[in-house]
Order: sequence, then structure tokens, then C-alpha cells
Amino acid sequence: MLYFKAFLFAGLVCLICQVVLDNTKLTPGHITSSVTVIGAILSFLGIYDKIVSMCGAGATVLIANFGHMLYSAGLAGYEEAGILGLFSNLLCSSGIAIVSVVVFSFVFTLLFKAKD
Amino acid sequence: MNKDEYQKLVKELSPKEPKLRNAFVAFLVGGLVGFIGEVIVNILMESFGLSRVDSYAWLAFILILFATFMTALGKFDNWVAKAKCGLIIPTTGFAHSVQSAAIDYKKDGLVTGIGANIFKLAGSVIIYGIISAFFLVLIKVMLYG
Repeated sequence: MLYFKAFLFAGLVCLICQVVLDNTKLTPGHITSSVTVIGAILSFLGIYDKIVSMCGAGATVLIANFGHMLYSAGLAGYEEAGILGLFSNLLCSSGIAIVSVVVFSFVFTLLFKAKD
Repeated sequence: MNKDEYQKLVKELSPKEPKLRNAFVAFLVGGLVGFIGEVIVNILMESFGLSRVDSYAWLAFILILFATFMTALGKFDNWVAKAKCGLIIPTTGFAHSVQSAAIDYKKDGLVTGIGANIFKLAGSVIIYGIISAFFLVLIKVMLYG
């Protein structure tokens, strides 16, 4: 059942984004940024945690999860060490995405040539 | 030919996007990414004894490795052109934008090429993610203590 929910949620979000992309002048950059911000807002409202426990990986594979991770790590940091904790902890769990994407793309860029 | 007529002509001649088909493909591919993610998470939990949260982190790691590698090989661009939002909205799109910016500007050198342009496209996701999360935490703390 979780598999089906994961499929349905991830698919529906992609479908909505595709409809927005096709019918407005927004670029993919606008859409991904908006989805990230929406993820942070849903996390702020306490909804994203529920979606993750309901749809599993269907929610965590989306870029909205990036906003969710930023928000929840920032909040945990604030509760632990105040405003300094917010600054130092904000990138804590989403660091995996940022660091791995930089490391992999740097190494692969050195190894491979651009294809036209 | 004045501007309005020209706009009309451009609209007539530019190819029409098959919107319904795009939406369906995006739904199918995006859903499949979520489904495969769930399969990977279950394999990680059962075979390696990881917790669910750790499995999600490994899943993001695996998706990024896959997307950057396929982009570097030059295959991912074709897939994105076909599946569009089905691959752009999952984390794969983030990885794809970083990798393709890096490889496109490789010819300009390590600093002014790769270094300056690696976050050319994905930068806005990181910036607006951080800005929104930061101020939302502040709002949450001010409102609810």
C-alpha cells in the first residue's frame, strides 16, 4: 500500500508541476524553487511530516523534501542552542544533498567530456 | 508587419506542446521515481538494518549519484527532455542541473568555469530554500515560543 501511495503522491506532484510549466511562462528553475519553498511552508504547518509518514519515499524523493529538511533541521537547532543553533544547524541534514551533488559533479566533470 | 501580427505568426508557427501527453508522462515517471525510491528504502532497511530516516538519506545520496553519473554520460538530458517534470521535480532534477552546468562550463577552467557556474541553475533552489526555512523558523519561534 505504501508503494502505491509513494507512486501516487510523487506522480501527482510532478503532474501538477508539469501542468503549471506548460500553461504559464515559468521556467523549470521557477518551478523547482517554488516547490522547495512550498516544502518548507508545508513543514512549517506540520503537514510534510504527515505526508512523509503516509507516502514514504514518494515524499522524500521530491525537491520539496529539501525545504522540509532545511526547516526541521533549523528548528531543531534553535531548540537546542538558540539563534546560533539555527544558523549552525540549518544545513545539517540537507548537507547530504549539497555536498554529494558538488563532490559527484566535480569528479564526473573532470572525468567526462561535454556532449553536444 | 507590425508587432501584433508578428506575435500572431510566431504563435501559429511554433510547435504546439502536447500538454495532455506531457502531464501523463510526468505523472508516470515521477510516480515511478517515488515507487523505486520506496523499493530502495525497503531494501536498505531489510538488508542493511538501517533506520527509516537513514534510509531516506541514503536514497537521496543514491538518486544524486545516479543522476549526476547519467548526466555526465550525456543520457540524462534526453530523458529530461522526454519526461520533463517527472525527472525535474524529484532530487534527480537538482543533481542534473548542477552536473550539466559544471560540464557545460568545463572549458572555461576550474575557477571561472566550474567554480563560478556549478550552482548557476541549482543556486536558486538552495538560496530560496535557506531563506524560506530561516524566516519560517523565526516566525514559528516568535509565534509559539
